[in-house]
Amino acid sequence: MKSCLVVDDSKVIRRVARRILEEMNFEIREAADGKDALESCSEKMPDVVLLDWNMPVMDGLEFLKRVRALPNVRQPIVVFCTTENDMSHIRQAMEAGADEYIMKPFDREIIEAKFSQVGLM
Amino acid sequence: MRPEDFEFLSRMLKRRSGLTLNPDKVYLLESRLTPLARRRGLDGIDALVAELRRTNSETLAREITDAMTTNESFFFRDRTPFDIFERQVLPMLRQRRAAGKRVRIWCAACSTGQEPYSLAMILKNQEAQWRGWSIEIIGTDIARPVLKKAEAGLYSQFEVQRGLPIQMLMKYFTQVGDQWQLAPEIRSMVKFKEFNLLESFAPLGHFDVIYCRNVLIYFDQPTKKEVLERMRKIMPSDGVLFLGAAETVLGITDAFRPVRGQRGMYLPADAEETVVAAAGGA
Repeated sequence: MKSCLVVDDSKVIRRVARRILEEMNFEIREAADGKDALESCSEKMPDVVLLDWNMPVMDGLEFLKRVRALPNVRQPIVVFCTTENDMSHIRQAMEAGADEYIMKPFDREIIEAKFSQVGLM
Repeated sequence: MRPEDFEFLSRMLKRRSGLTLNPDKVYLLESRLTPLARRRGLDGIDALVAELRRTNSETLAREITDAMTTNESFFFRDRTPFDIFERQVLPMLRQRRAAGKRVRIWCAACSTGQEPYSLAMILKNQEAQWRGWSIEIIGTDIARPVLKKAEAGLYSQFEVQRGLPIQMLMKYFTQVGDQWQLAPEIRSMVKFKEFNLLESFAPLGHFDVIYCRNVLIYFDQPTKKEVLERMRKIMPSDGVLFLGAAETVLGITDAFRPVRGQRGMYLPADAEETVVAAAGGA
């Protein structure tokens, strides 16, 4: 079973994402901001991170940069999932090392399509 | 809805588009035609049918047919037929058409254009290898409104996220308000045309590759057979046909054969063994 860390400051979004991903047979952990997510990663690196952008404490982009800078770890696949839907944000995310990018609102079909593009299904 | 109204509509749809509607599809009629009725200020589907019977209006008959034959489409839908196109079909064509440097591709029932545009993006990605070639991609559909949308190349945020890799979005789309528009260089690679699959294919010419996915499922057996056999006649013996994931030629016609290991791909039954081998089905 592959593991997915869902990072979003909204509990509702985390719950929706969890339900979809559990049906897709992922083992889910949750984090409410980038710092929380980094700690979770240092305990156990997930196979994939579903990552919000705007969060308190540490935002998604900062989290991504820090994870990508970690030496000697098995790098996770990172899929952004954010309301930021303009080209400059998308470029910034991809340049920082994201693998895919979901613009909210999302549904099961979009998550499945994006996860299959990065070879998770 | 009343059984005689269902009869009336399904006969009309069959005659105009080949669409075969079984009584278990009443819900489909209702979900597609109720919005159309409302737009015309009518109460619902019963009033819509009454209007059609009374006026015998060609415009209304056409709108009903359009509403019933319009189908959802995604970029790179099901992926496999596009992977096969890139890995097997294009290298094969580059070799076998090297003399004339001319390739024609037909997306039959292309709806809002995602399928022909997906093929166009694949070709654009390997542009350098096709310099000096004439490659035509033609998308046809029976429904006028979807073709208009296809030509505009404008898609919603939902549509560009179902199947389209983000790299392709970055490369070939620009944001227009809350929508995304395909670049002119991709749009100009595809020609759209209104066309009914029940009519003669003669005006379309010949094709090396035909994509006819998720259309035949709406036809009855004799219509499927007839359409497939006419498609065989407008392609060379080394042409390629793609059908939808839930479709097959088996038990319908001997004109085509499936290619082992390549889901959705079919070759003319009389294709040479070298073509079958090149297609990956040796």
